[in-house]
Amino acid sequence: MMEAVEKIKEQVLAAVPGASVEIIPSTPAAAQPALLVDRDHVFAVAKFLKEDDRLQMDFCSCVTAVDYLAGNYIEVVYHLYSVARRHGPLVLKVRAPREPADCRVPSLTPLWRGCEFQEREAYDLFGVTFTGHPDLRRILMWDEFTDFPMRKDYEPPRDYEWEPTPHDTTLERAREVGGVVPPTALEEAKKP
Amino acid sequence: MAIDPGLKSELQKHGIFTIPFEELYNWSRKSSIWPLQFGLACCAIEMIASAASRYDLARFGAEVFRATPRQADLMIVAGTVTKKMAPQVVRLWNQMPEPKYCIAMGACAISGGPFKDGYNVLKGIDRYIPVDVHIPGCPPRPEALIHAIMTLQRKIAGTDLEEGRRPRWYDRQATTDFPIPAFGAHDLEPPANREIWSPPKDYRDVTIETVLKKG
Repeated sequence: MMEAVEKIKEQVLAAVPGASVEIIPSTPAAAQPALLVDRDHVFAVAKFLKEDDRLQMDFCSCVTAVDYLAGNYIEVVYHLYSVARRHGPLVLKVRAPREPADCRVPSLTPLWRGCEFQEREAYDLFGVTFTGHPDLRRILMWDEFTDFPMRKDYEPPRDYEWEPTPHDTTLERAREVGGVVPPTALEEAKKP
Repeated sequence: MAIDPGLKSELQKHGIFTIPFEELYNWSRKSSIWPLQFGLACCAIEMIASAASRYDLARFGAEVFRATPRQADLMIVAGTVTKKMAPQVVRLWNQMPEPKYCIAMGACAISGGPFKDGYNVLKGIDRYIPVDVHIPGCPPRPEALIHAIMTLQRKIAGTDLEEGRRPRWYDRQATTDFPIPAFGAHDLEPPANREIWSPPKDYRDVTIETVLKKG
């Protein structure tokens, strides 16, 4: 059984002086509060979580990013487990500004080799630069691609063609390009 | 030149089989379609099932899946064509010798399917290569693929070899190369080969009267 996240926070603060650690509560039923660590200390904190004898977070199962457009930051989320201790997950979060030039967080690939492809994916789709990553290049899109498709402000190519029953964003796009738009209820009623 | 069917059957009774050269050509061509052995997604599993013993594509003379485009007559685009994969598919098509045919198998290959609104999936392979038969379905059953092969066989059987009406590939000067799209900064460039493809139109409001008037 893993210790409460509050206890882990205390240990982290004792082990990594100067680190800013914040507990972010999670609302879902299976509550998994996360540790939000500042960018400068996240590597040291992760190293501690991996090497501490009681925690032994030896497995990073998932790396992903979340785009918070309103808060103007991108959050990188790591899910850590301990195979040796059979506990987890411990959720580790780190935030970076959305501006692509400044959207940098330290790579945790040197600690967990399994992060390599997932950090490349986050780089590819969210534009997060992982400093210290051994091979940071796009993994899903082609190298010449310049956008970050999973960002909330991503604009897909304007290649709307035709949709038999457009709705929601597809309907908006159909209106934009003057495509086929189904009649409104009012227009339908006016039809002879 | 057509042969009188009565004369033909009379000759056949005497062991003489007459057939126009064109018919013989088309018959041999349609009876031995060698598909290219490649699959892109889940439709490929159905394609493999079609070729295996239960559905037995060999009954239709199309069982020799070739692992090289140089020996293939038919490209079965079986699965989702991502934008990253599209140039490679067109390149394979260009490497196939004429006469060559294409079957777009499944919702993704004909239109992008459930991924149509995505940023990463081509909205149908007919944007870059000419498709002979489209099969809807997600994925289409092996019977549907077999039906598509039979449809293609009918198409091949109807090929006109007369001067002037013969297919493009009888012209030695005709190019068999289709432009391979390049990876652009935002999308494939060009997003479609407009020489062989134009955007779909809405025909819902078209009545039979307007069609008859125009005709």
